[in-house]
Amino acid sequence: MLEREAPKNPPLVTLTDVAKHFGAVAALKDVNLAIRAGECVGLVGHNGAGKSTLVSIINGSLRASEGRVEFPLSAADDALAAGVRSVFQELSLCPNLSLAENLRIAHTGMRGWGWRRRAGTEISQSLDALFPSHGIAAGALIETLSIAQRQMVEVAIRFAPLGGKPQLVILDEPTSSLDAGIANQLLDAVRRFCARGGAVIFISHMLGEIFRVADRILVMKDGRIVADEPADHFTRQGLVDFMGHVAAEPETLQTESRRELGEIVISQGGLQARRGEIVGLSGLAGHGQAEALATLYLDATSAWRNPGNPPMVFVAGDRKRDGILPLWSILNNMSLSLLSATARWGLVDQVSERRIGDEWKRRIGIRTESLSNPILSLSGGNQQKALFARALVSRAPIVVMDDPMRGVDVGTKQDVYALIRAEAAKGRTFLWYSTETEEVCQCDRVYVYRDGAISAALSGDELTEARILEASFEMQESSA
Amino acid sequence: MSLFSRYRVLLPIASLTLLMAVTFYVQPRTLSYFGLNLLFNLAVPIALATIAQMLIIMVNDIDLGIGAFVSLTACVTATFLEQSPLMGTVMLVALIIAYALMGAMIHALALPAIVVTLGMSFVWGGLALFLLPSPGGASPTWLREIMTVKPPLIPMALVAACLIAGVTHWLIAHSGIGTVLRGIGGNAEAVRRAGWPLIRLKALAYGLAGLFGVLAGMTLVGLTTSADANIALRYTLLSIAGVILGGGEFIGGKVSPVGAVIGALTLALAASFLSFMRLSPDWQIGAQGAILIAVLAARLLFRRRDGARR
Amino acid sequence: MPSILRRPWIWAWLAATATFAVTVALGSGRGAAGLAYAALSFGAFAAIVGVGQMLVISLGPGNVDLSIPATMTLSATLALKAMDGVPGTELLGLGVALLVGLGTGAANFALILLLRLPPIIATLAASLIYQSLAIWSNRGLRVKPPEALAEFATGRTLDIPNVALVGLLLSLAVWVALERGVWGRWLLAAGQNPRAARLAGVPVERVRATAYLTVSVFAAVAGFLLASFSGGAALNMGAEYLLMSIAVVIIGGTSIAGGFSNVPGIWGAAFFMFLVVSMLNTYGAGAGARSVLTGVIIIGIVIAASTKRNHA
Repeated sequence: MLEREAPKNPPLVTLTDVAKHFGAVAALKDVNLAIRAGECVGLVGHNGAGKSTLVSIINGSLRASEGRVEFPLSAADDALAAGVRSVFQELSLCPNLSLAENLRIAHTGMRGWGWRRRAGTEISQSLDALFPSHGIAAGALIETLSIAQRQMVEVAIRFAPLGGKPQLVILDEPTSSLDAGIANQLLDAVRRFCARGGAVIFISHMLGEIFRVADRILVMKDGRIVADEPADHFTRQGLVDFMGHVAAEPETLQTESRRELGEIVISQGGLQARRGEIVGLSGLAGHGQAEALATLYLDATSAWRNPGNPPMVFVAGDRKRDGILPLWSILNNMSLSLLSATARWGLVDQVSERRIGDEWKRRIGIRTESLSNPILSLSGGNQQKALFARALVSRAPIVVMDDPMRGVDVGTKQDVYALIRAEAAKGRTFLWYSTETEEVCQCDRVYVYRDGAISAALSGDELTEARILEASFEMQESSA
Repeated sequence: MSLFSRYRVLLPIASLTLLMAVTFYVQPRTLSYFGLNLLFNLAVPIALATIAQMLIIMVNDIDLGIGAFVSLTACVTATFLEQSPLMGTVMLVALIIAYALMGAMIHALALPAIVVTLGMSFVWGGLALFLLPSPGGASPTWLREIMTVKPPLIPMALVAACLIAGVTHWLIAHSGIGTVLRGIGGNAEAVRRAGWPLIRLKALAYGLAGLFGVLAGMTLVGLTTSADANIALRYTLLSIAGVILGGGEFIGGKVSPVGAVIGALTLALAASFLSFMRLSPDWQIGAQGAILIAVLAARLLFRRRDGARR
Repeated sequence: MPSILRRPWIWAWLAATATFAVTVALGSGRGAAGLAYAALSFGAFAAIVGVGQMLVISLGPGNVDLSIPATMTLSATLALKAMDGVPGTELLGLGVALLVGLGTGAANFALILLLRLPPIIATLAASLIYQSLAIWSNRGLRVKPPEALAEFATGRTLDIPNVALVGLLLSLAVWVALERGVWGRWLLAAGQNPRAARLAGVPVERVRATAYLTVSVFAAVAGFLLASFSGGAALNMGAEYLLMSIAVVIIGGTSIAGGFSNVPGIWGAAFFMFLVVSMLNTYGAGAGARSVLTGVIIIGIVIAASTKRNHA
């Protein structure tokens, strides 16, 4: 642990009475905050609590409506000059360029001959320091890397010198695409960085990670900082209470007695599912689960036939890439998969569209005044609910879900768990890929993927977090 | 990752080589200094216009006005530059600046480039009509001499093509600023966040495109010795085709200057090849289209392989 | 801002109205009614190809049909050749034109789908072949359309030019399909995000195919009507409709980024494009000035529309 009473230096960054308004909406209120060198600050809060706004104000991409943001230690005018770096959730790499070239873009001051070699050395050293045995070449194009590798490169660029020295690094859900091993390397690297006098703001929805790295935790709620204390003053339960949700322990899907399952409805590539069954797909991120689901779905549906009543529907987790139609209203987004089943003479049945939309708005609890509002007016969690509704309004007997709870708050999760349980009881089959192990533990049966293939099928008593981890890691441990 | 997607220039080279082999087989006499000169006669202005288009495509835009712009610069070259070099130079520089300003405006007002360049094509075309209402003008002597110089062993057109490819490769694929410009095509937001002034970079990309457009018009006049307001209208489509033939893609900053030059050479060769084939004039245009399709279809073979692996 | 000003089609119509007023005020020589009639006649051709182009552009970035002029010429040439000026063959001619449209549309989409060519390149390369076909079949040939067909194309019903009525009918069909039809929803979903649309069960390829077929059929119909209207097919008859079809789509308020389309705006833009030229002719401007001003006005409208959109 760090010597917390020591810091006599001026803080790296101070926020004094900062507020931020978007129109009439106050995204941030009365924020007072100082972050000193050597601190690792964990930042937690629900979606919409103001975390993103807060870090955007610190890194200078948003301007505070009221109050002051200062950098006393460096006496710099702006965040860039003060050595504030940000790793964003949506990556800021150019996929058409190599690692070294991306570093060149981040390092605006790099000049002169031989920059390519210097940039290559800099990114390699940074990667080596953060993720030993990463195996990524400095000349590789970003587009040839896996998502996890891209995230590693993104983090490495922000931790590289770039002509100065990173003083404060903001990490927004940095482990979301990383498997446990790499995530641990990152957490260790964050600890080392802080021990050497760097500061970190670490945002994560995985409380375990927060407790591992943070020596101070900020809890945000409704645009305010509601708690700001050393990490050891909190318990997990305490944190959750501060964030303001009652349901801390997730209810499991298996609380009721085991349901009667029907006949086998899917059997493809070793994957089997029965009518009414909730089948989980697990394993380390990027080991072929998403591809297996996409193949299953694309094979079962057609890009040419009129879908009518489709045999299968898909719930996207990567909302922006796979789900949301950004120009449309919430209602049009929800009804898309239903249109051809209810159409008459090829025309949309707008009355039933509206009726079904209202019904599902109530059932799934989408928080909006009107379904005619644009889909982008919703928070991330509510957009996800709209995508669930899109899938569930259809009569499709099979629902495929590709990590749909990514970046979704606990409240939404509870709502959706309940819905899935109810729909499964009516005889729907769910195929559910999740990166969160505790989520898949609630399924009836779980397939664990490793290296693009199923390495274990677990059900009943075998279905524990330990067994899933075992099946995910086995080979890697023996070869390590 | 296949060899071909790593080095996007390999496929254009392969298709150019194949087309040349067929040409030499059909008409062995072309395998000579003069034969090659004839085959690639008009390649230089096409290559320069293709580079101009590539610079725009590189930042995820597209230029539907480059043909009209090259026509205009050809008209300026054949009139003002020939009669009063100073005035002509000033006008050409002004046109380059106009291109840069157009890029800045497209960025600042978030306008669709396809429409602005389309609108500008009317402007360029109108100005060209002012200058040369009917075909005419003359090439400045020095320009004519440069374009008809006969270097030993290799014809001028090929020497110039290599020069263009070398310079633009260094500028775009290698230099730091070229990397940043390609970065705009890949992820403009990331470039902006790093602190680069996007508007100036966009202006730079468009200004460079204007420069190469001016060079295309000048070399064209050097070759044809006169100009008219419609002389290069087809360059708009040729240049787009050249960029794609050269392994470039419309979005994502994935362009290759060397490939673009080779793509332009392929297009120039295809036209010459067909006239050698004594194909009925009715079918010459169509055969060009067919060659274009055939060459582009070859990309598919390698794409498929990539796709299967992914 | 009143809600009507937020309609994406309003700018094209305002511009058309203003140009109309100025031209009439300057005294175009044929009066307001005559000018309106001419605008309806000539605007109709631009509107027909524009509505087709709009469907394709709505499919999202990179989707555009550059083969419109070649398809127009080919359809006109083959249709006139089939009719050979013989009375009573009008339907045969129309049939040939429609078949040409279906053929070029299918060929375009086959190139896009099977060879995975970017649509710009695919339709460009294919158009060269259509152009050759037209040259070959048109060789030394100057056939007049059958009398009745020419009369229809240049005639009027209820004081509205027949070609404008055909254009309005086609536009209405597209408008209904887009605003009320399942197909329209699918098209606009695919235009916003093809991957998301496919994962939501939209038959994306089917939608794309029908869009590319429709634009070609519309171009073929426009070519057929234009040849009948002007007394014969000419090899360069479609040339001006390449840039025109794109210009009317954009000026009409359709999003170049895809997923949003707008039929009324196309007509406003088509009128506008015709009226600008009339206005400049009235001024006695030369070809150069006309071209420069057309360009400046196109850009001006795009800027006006985009800044208003950003503030709305």
